[in-house]
Amino acid sequence: MAEVALRNVVKRYDNVEAVRSINLDIPDNEFVVLVGPSGCGKSTTLRMIAGLEEVTAGDIYIGGDIVNDLPPKDRDIAMVFQNYALYPHMSVFENMSFGLKLRKFPKDEIKKRVDHAARILDITELLDRKPKALSGGQRQRVAMGRAIVRNPKVFLFDEPLSNLDAKLRVQMRTEIKRVHQLVKTTTVYVTHDQVEAMTLADRVVVMNGGLIEQIATPQDLYHHPRTHFVAGFIGSPAMNFIRCRLEQNGAGQRVRISDTISLPVPASRAARFASVNGKELLFGLRPEHITEPRRSDRDASCEFAATLDVVEPMGMETMVYFTVDGQEVCGRVDPGSARGPGESMRLYADMDRMHLIDPQTGLVL
Amino acid sequence: MSTAALTARAAQGFSLRASLSRNRRWALITSYVFLVLFAIFFLIPPYYMVVTALKSDAEVARMATNPWFIADGVTLDQFRILLTQTDFLIFFRNTIIVTVCTVAITMVVSVFAAFSLGRMKFWGSSILATGIFLTYLVPDTLLFIPLFQIVKAIGLLNSYWGMVLVYPTLTVPFCTWIMIGYFQSIPKELDEAALIDGAGHLQMLTKIFIPVALPGIIAAMIFAFTVSWAAFVYPMTFLYSADQQVLTVGTVTSLIRGDVYKWGMLMAGALVAAAPPLVIYAFLMDYYIAGLTAGATKG
Repeated sequence: MAEVALRNVVKRYDNVEAVRSINLDIPDNEFVVLVGPSGCGKSTTLRMIAGLEEVTAGDIYIGGDIVNDLPPKDRDIAMVFQNYALYPHMSVFENMSFGLKLRKFPKDEIKKRVDHAARILDITELLDRKPKALSGGQRQRVAMGRAIVRNPKVFLFDEPLSNLDAKLRVQMRTEIKRVHQLVKTTTVYVTHDQVEAMTLADRVVVMNGGLIEQIATPQDLYHHPRTHFVAGFIGSPAMNFIRCRLEQNGAGQRVRISDTISLPVPASRAARFASVNGKELLFGLRPEHITEPRRSDRDASCEFAATLDVVEPMGMETMVYFTVDGQEVCGRVDPGSARGPGESMRLYADMDRMHLIDPQTGLVL
Repeated sequence: MSTAALTARAAQGFSLRASLSRNRRWALITSYVFLVLFAIFFLIPPYYMVVTALKSDAEVARMATNPWFIADGVTLDQFRILLTQTDFLIFFRNTIIVTVCTVAITMVVSVFAAFSLGRMKFWGSSILATGIFLTYLVPDTLLFIPLFQIVKAIGLLNSYWGMVLVYPTLTVPFCTWIMIGYFQSIPKELDEAALIDGAGHLQMLTKIFIPVALPGIIAAMIFAFTVSWAAFVYPMTFLYSADQQVLTVGTVTSLIRGDVYKWGMLMAGALVAAAPPLVIYAFLMDYYIAGLTAGATKG
């Protein structure tokens, strides 16, 4: 087990900069998830840590040592691939023990380790089978087993659940978390699925365009996004963004989002937003913070009426879509209180959860 | 839905099924007709060889008898004389030595070449791969003239070891090309997993790539075997004494004297010479088809 650090790491392919000078510290035992849209540089970063891609500039440290020039086999890492990458001609046992055999481990030690990993992953009865006789979920377990037996300093996962169906993905997600709690190895996990990122990670690294947008715990990321991109990327359905103007209204401030709707800014934020009074900004509020008026102690000035365009019953809740000044907004309401499409409905904006974004810099204020 | 409508729907379904089965029957009949025609067309020469090889010289020479049937009874004399009174066994031995060596050299060179060209991306690798295949397109009927000079210069003229040297010029390009396609069809994560597991490039090749690409390698082996076993132009040009000769040329040159053709022995010799490829094809045909298909579609 070891800590991993990236210092000003750059990856350039010809004239394209896939990773643009990133810095990241991953303490021992931590489970870090790199998340972002396709082409954001997350897989490239993981592959550089693995040694499968050369670093154009900067340094990568594993366990305090610079590993830039070390081949993958000397970095003491194990990797789980999206398509499992099991050796098709070998049995599960041989697949799992291949790395140990190459490292000339004694036979009884190999057997002990494989049996131990197989027990953790519940694949003991599959050890004699070939990969083609396994289901997708079983193959993924074997791929994890191959990583576990090596007892490496760092686990690297490259979108390991992308090839599984939705139900199995949830199952394996729990499995990965359980395994990490058991073996407690520093883990770097790449995914484009924000739900995976939020559920698995101790800390999430959100990447975009080859840069790190934010590094934070899942809760922090959700409630305190630092940029427009992170605010929009984390959360499903995505956060609503509405063009607005911040207005001084007596002692308080209000966010004007249309000619008819302006919402009060909580007093606790007044000082923070004082410098942007009168400016054109982006108002951000998650769908779950636009509901039917619920709380008895609510501020009536946070309520507004909206004509619903689309209503999507989800069972536990109903998504309602309406437009504000030509921009589509989504709210999550109780199924019992939802109106039909074309009807007007009173909604409540939980302004304690609001965000204001500077459209010029893309930073959350 | 009314009973009449249900009956009409059922009748429609029945007629659709009947039409499908009629279509299938016609497709099968057409296939069988053509397959039988092809089989007859291609089996006539071997049949003629077998019939002629089992006749006596006297019957072969007698123009009055029907050449398609054995009139005077079956005899194995042609085989006996061929194996005991001619150099046929020397030709056979030489051919085996040349073929085994050619296949071995071809496989070693091609597997390494295909692995490096197909998997280890380096500057100019794709141009090199194309270049190797282009050399295959130059026919041996053109190559034998410059090759004659080369073989003569290194002192291997009239030696079957010269064949071991020149046959790979025919087999290596095609086998490399087949295996490049096969190696490229193996997911790249497999070598990355092997690298992380601690394998070097040689271990990756021997422990992962060769076993996974075995169908392709066997296909390439069969090709190298066939080319080497059946080569005619090079031995015709480079070999001229009986003790160095191989089957293809040796059988013809020793059994045709001027305008005297020993038809019975020629046919017996051709049959014995065709036996090893026949056995190999029979056992490894599935691999051969799998290998060629992979090379053709994924390369």
